[in-house]
Amino acid sequence: MQAKVYVTPKAGVLDPAGKATQKALHSLGFEEVRDVRLGRYITMEVEGDPTEVTARLDDMCRQLLANGVIEDYRFEVGETGVE
Amino acid sequence: MMRCGVVTFPGSLDDADTLYSLSEVLGVEAVPLWHKDRGLHGVDSIVLPGGFSYGDYLRSGALARFSPVMDSVVEFANSGGLVMGLCNGFQILCEAGLLPGALVRNQSLLFVCRAAHLRVERNDTAFTNSCSEGERLLLPIKHGEGCFVANADTLERIEGNGQVVVRYVDENGETTQAANPNGSLNNIAGIVNEAGNVFGMMPHAEHACDRALGMDDGAKFFRSIEAQLARGNAS
Repeated sequence: MQAKVYVTPKAGVLDPAGKATQKALHSLGFEEVRDVRLGRYITMEVEGDPTEVTARLDDMCRQLLANGVIEDYRFEVGETGVE
Repeated sequence: MMRCGVVTFPGSLDDADTLYSLSEVLGVEAVPLWHKDRGLHGVDSIVLPGGFSYGDYLRSGALARFSPVMDSVVEFANSGGLVMGLCNGFQILCEAGLLPGALVRNQSLLFVCRAAHLRVERNDTAFTNSCSEGERLLLPIKHGEGCFVANADTLERIEGNGQVVVRYVDENGETTQAANPNGSLNNIAGIVNEAGNVFGMMPHAEHACDRALGMDDGAKFFRSIEAQLARGNAS
């Protein structure tokens, strides 16, 4: 299986990198852009019991991939090679 | 005599300066601890030094807490042992859950490297008992991710409990916006845990012990630990 994990700054947590990126987009003429937030996108191959994969991924996010103080996460699991 | 352990993780930078300051400048016993060590070699206090452990991969401090030595460090801290994290060491303590909050990218997006004025908010801690209350200190800072953040409830709790030990101030001792080098909430530069035995701050005490290097206020933090240990560390 392939898992895709998205980690993003929590609402309310300052994201200066997102803000700087937004400014750069504005200076390029993309003035319609608001609320740019930068996060991480993690992909991984996961083996094992498909019924347990959700709970396992949740553990991975809570224990390592995201810092619950400042970040939110969500993930998707699919067949490898299927978009 | 104080026997202070200094942990070296892959990517630590300031471990050698910490060992030097402890043994050569302050004249106490400094014990190098390797990240793969399973024990603590009988140390009575621990410093987690600055640097870029594990290349700051994923998040700064996030991977160091899985080093074998950290199991012993956490156990030591949970049984009341004195642990001080400086810069990356502060980040590691937050990631390990030994201190509340987190450290994120400086609001300016710039790496800051300069001297910073600090105000001692509490001189009754194991790490600041050699300072006077409200004392102004000058310490070097050098970090890209030193902006202290916490959710509103946590911040209220930290402030309410008096866990803020040092804040960034201007030359007059005021916590102004301009004196805040990284955007930290309430100008927070360093905090202790509720029990008072784990301390983290972004400024570098270890670089500021030897007068020959320009600043020596950092020595006060190590002298405080020494004094606390001499009293039997009954915090």
